Amino acid sequence: MEKILEVKDLHVHFSTYGGIVQAVRGVSFHLYKGETLAIVGESGCGKSVTSNAIMKLIPSPPGRLVRGKIQFHDKQLTELSEKEMRSIRGVDISMIFQDPMTALNPTLTIGTQLMEGLKQHKKISSLEAREKALEMLELVGIPNPDERLKQYPHQFSGGMRQRIVIAIALICEPELLIADEPTTALDVTIQAQILELFEKIQRETGVSIILITHDLGVVAKVADRVAVMYAGKLIEEGDKREIFYHPQHPYTKGLLKSVPRLDATEAELTPIDGTPPDLFSPPKGCPFAPRCPMAMEVCLRKYPKTKSLTTTHKVDCWLQDKRAKKLLASSSRK
Amino acid sequence: MLRYILKRFLTMIVTIWIIVTITFVLMISIPGSPLNEERGTSESVQRNLESYYNLDQPYHIQYILYLKSIVTLDFGPSIKQPNQTVNDLLGQGFPISFELGMVTILVALLSGVTLGIIAALKHNGFIDYMAMSVAVLGISIPNFVLSTLLIQQLAVNLNLLPPATWASPLHMVLPVAALATGPMAIIARLTRSTMLEVLTQDYIKMARAKGLSPWKIVIKHALKNALMPVITIIGTLLAGILTGTFVIEKIFAIPGMGRYFVESINQRDYPVIMGTTVFYSVFLVVMLFLVDIIYGLLDPRIKLHKKEGE
Repeated sequence: MEKILEVKDLHVHFSTYGGIVQAVRGVSFHLYKGETLAIVGESGCGKSVTSNAIMKLIPSPPGRLVRGKIQFHDKQLTELSEKEMRSIRGVDISMIFQDPMTALNPTLTIGTQLMEGLKQHKKISSLEAREKALEMLELVGIPNPDERLKQYPHQFSGGMRQRIVIAIALICEPELLIADEPTTALDVTIQAQILELFEKIQRETGVSIILITHDLGVVAKVADRVAVMYAGKLIEEGDKREIFYHPQHPYTKGLLKSVPRLDATEAELTPIDGTPPDLFSPPKGCPFAPRCPMAMEVCLRKYPKTKSLTTTHKVDCWLQDKRAKKLLASSSRK
Repeated sequence: MLRYILKRFLTMIVTIWIIVTITFVLMISIPGSPLNEERGTSESVQRNLESYYNLDQPYHIQYILYLKSIVTLDFGPSIKQPNQTVNDLLGQGFPISFELGMVTILVALLSGVTLGIIAALKHNGFIDYMAMSVAVLGISIPNFVLSTLLIQQLAVNLNLLPPATWASPLHMVLPVAALATGPMAIIARLTRSTMLEVLTQDYIKMARAKGLSPWKIVIKHALKNALMPVITIIGTLLAGILTGTFVIEKIFAIPGMGRYFVESINQRDYPVIMGTTVFYSVFLVVMLFLVDIIYGLLDPRIKLHKKEGE
């Protein structure tokens, strides 16, 4: 399979009055053509910052891409100028935002907002742009597109607006779509519809999707592969089955246990105790160690190396070390 | 839309009626009358004059006569200005005052909005601090102080611009500058703060994600949203500029309407007081109405009229 995106050792810092926040601390992952990669993790773990960094949309100042490479096909996005980046945004890489209620400009018609990206990037007549816009509205399932084109965002419901946001993101036929919590602001029935729309779009256009979410239900539905982030690090990565059925990192395990299940026998959920570390001065060792039920002394001292379990499954955890396995084996024998 | 305009029109009439009534009450409660100067006119002449101007009638009749003159838009002759009707005075003075006021509000709007946008885009930079210092200065200095300073420096000391009167576009520079600085500063500060708020909105980020150029984002996506509050205060600023013109016209010897407005009150020139007051209030009320219409045009969420069934 062809890799269309490769992120290597990405570091993003934010300067604030309180000091420097190390929001993303060495994240690496890649994306194949036509697949959906879900990036999961709790609030503040750096998911959105990572996705904004790919688009180079991190406000600077205070944000700064300190280190790392983002390769899109054969282009190094980190080395491109703002102007060159503009010819990629919306055309090759598009983005969908969390809250459809605020993502659309209240003073412009849906038609204008749909077509402006198209007009910006492609030499196209107004009539053709209109045709394309109608086609997109049809694709995302908006009835009476002809009439709807002339309407303003406040005349649409939340779910409809998210469909329009998706249509705007897809109108220039991008290869990569970054969806930052696209269903979080919607109610559950609408969520399901939007997720189905994602699947349909991927089937019809072959777009690759990076799905940022904290909702494991969403991940289970649409993702091919899953990357789990914690405190600015990518701690476990694997295909969907590996993550859901054979999670290796104690954080991933904890995350899965904290989700309600319909088939569970115990009624109570198991939350992960404690809170994520302060990213002003992130710990030297594994950031999860203070909350980890399996933590060893080494976990607090040194960050573990990435260990590949299968060709797809990777995890950053000392428990994967041979010595830790021996230790565990001996302690369980006693 | 038509219904809305009709409704607004009716409220406008009520507003103007209230203004007229208050002015009338204030006017007759000022001691003295336009005619009782110690000129030694004989009693019969005095009485003749009073009956000519209907001043011998009881107040409620005078009031009704005033209302009639307003409805027919004929305010009658001025008592103090020889051979001039109030309509003549308005016809001479108003175009000049209107020109001064309109040029001022345009200058204030254009420069204020531009300054505000630049300050917002260069947020916390040198330009931002400069622009906001100028703005604070502009708000704090009263326009009569500013105008004397401008005359002293630019007209008298440097001899760059004419110091007074209203003859050519060059003559406009100083009075407009003196009058526009305050409103400009208010508009600049307001534009800056709303612009800063709008620029953090998701739809601006979305516009960036579409790959639009920064200027296109500012002009097309941000400005329209940021200007809403500015449009709202234009109404109030207009009132300030109108009353400001009285002072400025006096300082720069501009033959506008302000002169008559002030003089007529000093001289108890009842028809002129009434005429100018009504004229100014109608003007202001119409302007506020226009502002509301513009508001509805800019923001599609604001409906000026209710659709059937809503």
